[in-house]
Amino acid sequence: MDLSVRIGSLVLKNPLMTASGCFGYGLEYAGIVDLSSLGAVVVKGLFLKEREGHPPPRIVETPSGMLNAIGLQGIGVHRFVREKMPELRRLGAVVIVNVCGSSIEEYVEVSRILSDVEGVAALELNISCPNIKEGGIQFGCNLASAGEVVAAVRKATRLPLIPKLTPNVTSVASFARAAEENGADAVSLVNTFLAMVIDVETRRPAISNGMGGLSGPAIRPIAVRMVYECAQRVRIPVIGMGGIGSARDVLEFLIAGAAAVQVGTANFVDPFIWPRLQAGIEDYMARHGVARVADLVGTLEIGR
Amino acid sequence: MPPLDVPALVLRNTHLSADYNVLHLEAPAIASASLPGQFVMIRTATGTDPLLRRPFSVFEILRDAAGTPSGVSVLCKRIGPGTARLHEAAAGDRLAVLGPLGKPFTVVSPPAEAWMVAGGVGLAPFATLAEALQQAGSGAHLFYGGRTRADLFYLDWFASRGVTLHLATEDGSQGAHGRVTVPLGEALRSRPADRPVTLYACGPEPMLKAVAGLARSHGCPSQLSTERIMGCGLGGCYSCVVRVRDSEGTPRFVRSCLSGPVFNGDDVVWE
Repeated sequence: MDLSVRIGSLVLKNPLMTASGCFGYGLEYAGIVDLSSLGAVVVKGLFLKEREGHPPPRIVETPSGMLNAIGLQGIGVHRFVREKMPELRRLGAVVIVNVCGSSIEEYVEVSRILSDVEGVAALELNISCPNIKEGGIQFGCNLASAGEVVAAVRKATRLPLIPKLTPNVTSVASFARAAEENGADAVSLVNTFLAMVIDVETRRPAISNGMGGLSGPAIRPIAVRMVYECAQRVRIPVIGMGGIGSARDVLEFLIAGAAAVQVGTANFVDPFIWPRLQAGIEDYMARHGVARVADLVGTLEIGR
Repeated sequence: MPPLDVPALVLRNTHLSADYNVLHLEAPAIASASLPGQFVMIRTATGTDPLLRRPFSVFEILRDAAGTPSGVSVLCKRIGPGTARLHEAAAGDRLAVLGPLGKPFTVVSPPAEAWMVAGGVGLAPFATLAEALQQAGSGAHLFYGGRTRADLFYLDWFASRGVTLHLATEDGSQGAHGRVTVPLGEALRSRPADRPVTLYACGPEPMLKAVAGLARSHGCPSQLSTERIMGCGLGGCYSCVVRVRDSEGTPRFVRSCLSGPVFNGDDVVWE
């Protein structure tokens, strides 16, 4: 059975990746997850410098989901390269780094630094974080600037480039198209949905940032729809995510057109999920006589 | 040791009051590995609502007739939908329990005394600590405050393990009238000057801040068990941060699930 998938020039041993911001820098989970068994480990978003993030409370639970506004707390690209990369490499992880910036220059600089680091397999371009004022979503909500960031980073790196798209736009597919036209090797989606929870007793927002990003099973059907729409519009691979919590959910994204998937919020609830996801995909392939997982991608049957 | 995730059998659910209960959970491997001050993450639903696990200090280590650790108990206060489910759990149910997690207390040795300070459900980490202190032969005191007399639990349990109790209630129905930090401050002032004391505290943030302040002004070390809204307990989500001074004195947000939940009182920066 062949579980391998291709993302640009990168071949992954299976379609399962961690979603950025839901798995720390990977090493936090090294005691309970065999990092080398994953298609890739997508690490927490990195700016050039360290970032403190928002004050707590940073999360609040919602029906079958959660809202977060962490504010991209992070150690910065230099410390990541120095303190985390050697151990990630030793553990055999395929590392994809989520790149953040508050200006095009910063995206380019962080990408340039990572391009010279042994063991970084690809870059995911974070143009979709809903929780910070500067950078992030300000690039991801405007077609022209999204294209501009992708084009600028494209010039600075030969690594596979994967812009991560926000669902907080009218047509995600146009952003996928803009990414493709500007040299992206793949796109990943969806980042979280901008949302709000209010404590009615205090009449204050439940989290310190006021608004936050909604994730978890609650968003999955919307994410599947968006992945489907994007896969219809672009030729580059689409990496799907949003509320995956079982092999069934992974298969749903693959059938909708995702070449690979990322699993985020489920890591918080069920960190031992990974072997079960893989076994469930293999079981499905055996039952349906599918030899290569890539043969499942975009096999949605329309019409009755 | 990496944490384990076990489908723990609910052995017993004892209701202490309308809002408080103690769940006895069968989890031998977690029980054997747990140290005082560590915690577990418990899934309250089998489906996705509520989605996230809830963090609980390991309250008691349960033992079989031969004295071998067989499980843990948790002290639960009903505050939302997740804890309401645990309030209603029945013997025979199974709950996913992940642990042990976090940095434990450092147990003081004689001649130092341990003065534990608990506010409400903040009693939770002190049962295991009291046993460790008894084993170490360290003198132990518990300053324990609650809203009212009916909110003070396990008094005989602590007394029978050699812990001297100092109680306070906000309505004056038992012990000192008011906050527990008042009798604590008096005891610190009146203790023999040569008696080394380490303060251990768990409870509401203002209480922790007050204990840290008392510890500093009386020259005592303090270890505080912090409580935060926690998403995963594993360092993945970055939601449970506490502002703590690093070795160079620079305040930084650190994850209380990994760097805590126990922090040196002098290091915590209060918001």
